[in-house]
Amino acid sequence: MNLSTLSMNRRLMLGRSAQGLGGIALASLLEPHLLRAANKDLWPGVITKRHVPPKAKRVIWLTMAGGPSHLETLDFKPKLAEMNGKPMPESMTKGKQIAQLQGNKLMCFGPQHGFKRFGKSGAEICELFPQIGSVVDDICIVRSMTSEAINHDPAHMFINTGSQIAGRPSMGSWLTYGLGTESTDLPGFVVLTSLGKGGQNQPIAARQWSSGFLPSRFQGVHMRGKGDPVLYLNSPAGITRERQKDVVDTVNVLNAKLDTLVGDPEIATRIAQYEMAFQMQASVPELMDITKESPSTLELYGCKPGDGSFASNCLLARRLAERGVRFIQLYHKDWDHHGGVKEGIKFKAEEIDRACMALITDLKQRGMFEDTLIVWAGEFGRTPMSQGGNGRDHHNAGFSIWLAGGGIKGGVSYGATDELGYSAVQDAMDVHDLHATMLHLLGIDHKQLTVKFQGLDMRLTGIAGKLVKGIIA
Amino acid sequence: MKSSIIFSVTLGLATLNAQGAQGKLRFNRDIRPLMSDTCFHCHGPDAKARKAELRLDIREEALKPAKSGAVPIVPGKPGESEVVKRLFTSDKDDLMPPEESHKTFTQEQKEIFRRWIAEGAEYEAHWSFIKPVKAAVPAAANPIDHLVRQRLQSLGLQMSPEADRRTLARRLSMDLVGLPPKPEDVDAFTADTSVDACEKFVEKLLASPHYGERMAIGWLDVVRYADTAGYHSDNPRNVAPYRDWVIAAFNHNKRYDRMTLEQIAGDLMPDASLETRVGSAFNRLLLSTEEGGAQAKDYEARMLGDRVRAVGAVWLGQTLGCCQCHDHKFDPATQRDFYSMGAFFADINESILGRREEGILVAPHQDEAKLKEFDDLLADAKRKLEDLRKEMEGPLKQWGADVLSDKIVLPELAADSKAGEPDKKRALQVVALLKKENSKIQPKEQEIIEKYFFEKVDTKYEAGRKMLAESKRQRDEFYKPLPKCIVTTHTNSLRTVRILPRGNWQDETGEIVKPALPAYLAHDAKAERDLTRLDLAKWLVSREHPLTARVFVNRLWKQFFGMGLSKVIDDLGAQGELPPNQELLDWLACEFMDSGWDVKHLVRLMVTSATYKESSNASHEMLARDPYNRELARQSRFRVDAELVRDNALAISGLLNPKIGGPSVKPYQPPGYWENLNFPTREWENDKNENQWRRGLYTWWQRSYLHPAMAAFDAPSREESCADRNRSNIPQQALVLLNDPTFVEAARAFATRIIQQGGDANARLAWAWRQALSRAPRSDELETMKALLNKHLDEFTKDEAAAALLVKTGISPVKPEIKAAELAAWTNAARVILNLHETVTRY
Repeated sequence: MNLSTLSMNRRLMLGRSAQGLGGIALASLLEPHLLRAANKDLWPGVITKRHVPPKAKRVIWLTMAGGPSHLETLDFKPKLAEMNGKPMPESMTKGKQIAQLQGNKLMCFGPQHGFKRFGKSGAEICELFPQIGSVVDDICIVRSMTSEAINHDPAHMFINTGSQIAGRPSMGSWLTYGLGTESTDLPGFVVLTSLGKGGQNQPIAARQWSSGFLPSRFQGVHMRGKGDPVLYLNSPAGITRERQKDVVDTVNVLNAKLDTLVGDPEIATRIAQYEMAFQMQASVPELMDITKESPSTLELYGCKPGDGSFASNCLLARRLAERGVRFIQLYHKDWDHHGGVKEGIKFKAEEIDRACMALITDLKQRGMFEDTLIVWAGEFGRTPMSQGGNGRDHHNAGFSIWLAGGGIKGGVSYGATDELGYSAVQDAMDVHDLHATMLHLLGIDHKQLTVKFQGLDMRLTGIAGKLVKGIIA
Repeated sequence: MKSSIIFSVTLGLATLNAQGAQGKLRFNRDIRPLMSDTCFHCHGPDAKARKAELRLDIREEALKPAKSGAVPIVPGKPGESEVVKRLFTSDKDDLMPPEESHKTFTQEQKEIFRRWIAEGAEYEAHWSFIKPVKAAVPAAANPIDHLVRQRLQSLGLQMSPEADRRTLARRLSMDLVGLPPKPEDVDAFTADTSVDACEKFVEKLLASPHYGERMAIGWLDVVRYADTAGYHSDNPRNVAPYRDWVIAAFNHNKRYDRMTLEQIAGDLMPDASLETRVGSAFNRLLLSTEEGGAQAKDYEARMLGDRVRAVGAVWLGQTLGCCQCHDHKFDPATQRDFYSMGAFFADINESILGRREEGILVAPHQDEAKLKEFDDLLADAKRKLEDLRKEMEGPLKQWGADVLSDKIVLPELAADSKAGEPDKKRALQVVALLKKENSKIQPKEQEIIEKYFFEKVDTKYEAGRKMLAESKRQRDEFYKPLPKCIVTTHTNSLRTVRILPRGNWQDETGEIVKPALPAYLAHDAKAERDLTRLDLAKWLVSREHPLTARVFVNRLWKQFFGMGLSKVIDDLGAQGELPPNQELLDWLACEFMDSGWDVKHLVRLMVTSATYKESSNASHEMLARDPYNRELARQSRFRVDAELVRDNALAISGLLNPKIGGPSVKPYQPPGYWENLNFPTREWENDKNENQWRRGLYTWWQRSYLHPAMAAFDAPSREESCADRNRSNIPQQALVLLNDPTFVEAARAFATRIIQQGGDANARLAWAWRQALSRAPRSDELETMKALLNKHLDEFTKDEAAAALLVKTGISPVKPEIKAAELAAWTNAARVILNLHETVTRY
């Protein structure tokens, strides 16, 4: 569908018609709340009937920003330990992209932490992550991810939008556009970020949650732990909620009067947006306030209200999921272990291990695990070669992620890298495949969710993407 | 509900376009759009994707029998044409388009194909790849109106009546200078009964220096102007003088061909000057990275692609980016065209990775003169110091000898010395060094001796040195804020450009290419020497070029009519839209070139036409029949651009600082918005002086975190060229207008002015309405406003603390003579006015 057609259709639909609204507007001079009830601008999504039966309703994407080392998290390589300090076989590295190690001698660097088997499935993961280990039978580990990009910024763009060129919509935007939103007072695509203690926090650009060529209403809204949780959310100093309501109502009433004169469908939309904004001013602070969560829940996540931690964000993710938000993306930074990977991973384990377990457990307790698709992934992995003797460089030829919930087969591992953890050699899964599979679980055939842009039927999966059945329940 | 509306809208359009029902079908209008979207993917220009060796975009190919003997198209004989069979078959294996393409034709569309073949299956070259033809128009008529009326007549439609003067004044002001008209100007215009009242009003606006600012906004979008590099750490680079160049170019009505030459090849022009060089900053506006571990070859390929896409977007209206990996699927552009275009830029002297250079100095003459003064003084002082140094050689030696011969005892080492341990140690070290044999003294050791001598024994030299350092500091302090600009400079060591198979920069097997014009557009180009950027620019603006003028005219049309004559602004290729009124677009394109690429002439033509002056009111019938206003039976109405939302509020409030040009500014931005930036971490610092109230186009353009108030109103991040901004209507816009300190402060300043006008609430509101909306308030509006005012005046009188808090927003001083409660109540009234749909909409 053409985008300009799309917005006009929406406006015509909302206009439905200007006369109707005019009537309401007149009534609302006395009763402004009538306006409120009449003008919910709820986006229904362009996909009226799912292409395949959906398994998941929503996504929680835990982005481990910086590029987690698969070799100290999910992919155990004893052979690499044996080869520690010896040169990497050239046959493995030839013709592959190298980032900061360009021109350096490539030496093997053994895993810095031990691995253990967990759960009934006996999945082997790093011993620093026992909490994730305790729910390992619910998750599916993919050890054969690949990416085209090897620098942070383009790699984030690639895994979020399926393209390394700026200006394409992020997956959350695609999904909100396709499936609509179920929340009347929150955006359909929400982003939360948190910093790590190790201090290797790479920058993240707002384009990572941009709606690209899709209309702005589908862009991710960054909710923040400090300041206004949403930009410009707080009323000006001295303006109570009641006074703000007076202002908003007056604006809406005057706008409605104008509509009776000029019959402009855009005015109805404007009124609906003011309603939504006013509701967000209450609903977002309510959402962000986790003090009313039970002590046992706070303990489960291991977070304190207002600490801005990844754990707090996981708890917020659950609250957002409960409120009908379609796509919730968390960025947790500080995985960029060019140096000190051994210590660095410990920090990361402290920050995320319990929280990930808690999120899965909490969703299960609330009966939401089955229809929430959880993804844990960085933008790439790290080299089996050492950098500076104690770190690892960026690496895109093979790395690990995990998925859980909505339609994912728990307790299995999928794909493998070679014996040194360099290249995905078995069931390699690229970013487009991941996207195609995720869309499938949400009931969408990735080839059918298209938008015309610059003459092309653009898709999240570009011209690629195959369904990975091996990870589907 | 929804689907039925879409259905009726589609039907409405179909009826409108089906002139074919009477006349003969035309390939470009009726067939190519269907084929392009549905058939060309497998049967079009891209040889690698072609199926069954069938090509439908070229007639001779489509008429050739296939291996099977079947003939795809037999002109005049649909029954014998394989294409028709395949379209209508019920056999899923034979059906075209195939199921897996997810494309379908409606029955109506299939019939169009059948009829077209029956009518002889005549092809036309793609409309925008052939030179525009200037239609003959009656001498007396406004050509735009003539061509619009002609088309309306054929559709049985009529032009809307002219909008009232007040609406026209607002429309013209917003469109031409981006600011609301002053009430007295609206009055004068309304009262002016002369026949050329409108022309005079337009001339005044065209002569305003704000015209260049308004025109610059769209241009800065297509050239992707931003203050930062884009990738990763997204650090600043010096480009602001280029923005000034753009504003000045429009204000001085620089010919568009000249603008083009300066931007692409300002350094290579025979009359290259500082001005043309600053124009050439265009070539440097792309994204670059400072990320550690970035690979030069990778970014070399990205930057090449970035530039080709930009030329494609800015001048050609072509989506050349597709050809980075393969031949274009829909247009005849090839991968070779892409890389050959990229090769034009292989001579640009730049580092691929890392921080951009400081750039050339672009200072006003007096600053340049002052800098020269500084530098001359500095050079002089340096010389004198060097002379002094030489003079000191003798005394230094003599002193050394005296120390050695005990004629002199260093004061720190004297018996009665009160010097501290470190000083004594230093003196001992100097003596020890002096005792060393001359030839064995290391340069560092000599330095220690001299340093002691100059600091403690004879301080003339040291004093001189300090003075020089101070002069140098002063010079640098003066130099640092002077405007600089990264520009294009040519190097003879050209980067090698290869065709990258599938766009893969690691694959070096592709052929090396030289700069060349796209073969499908430059048919008879033969190069006797290596082509340069100057050749590229000259080709773009040659009278023979089919695209450049059309692309510019189409974008400008969008500025004044809300939508392009061809609606896909960034693609005039096969996947774009054949303009419903091609004669009009082509006439304007020809006129533009014939006028000597005179932009103001073009603007004048458009905005003084009756078409432009039409009312934008749309009846339900009109909305249903032509929802997007493609036929121009009315004007369009739309929310103004992000920058103008801001400018408008500042102008109404009286806060606007009308200064033109200069470095970017930092209006209030929520703290912590940059928390996810790094290398280095940064905090935005709000401007604390009159720069706080500059126009929106001067806002610091941080690509990875564009100012959120700008972003909320669809200003693009300018990472990629953007010719067609979104025009959304989202809750974030309400939050900005309601809560952003910029708008709260503007409301308070506006309220202050309202109160200072005096009179009762009715009089004050009438004054406010005139400032903001150029009209008198209606009585029901007054009642609604007064209800709010009374309530809030009452509340704020009881809650003075709240009132004081509200009016303190912003850095502009609060008038102490106005009571806080009154000011607060009127501030809320002013907030309402600044939030009105009418205030942010151009009707």
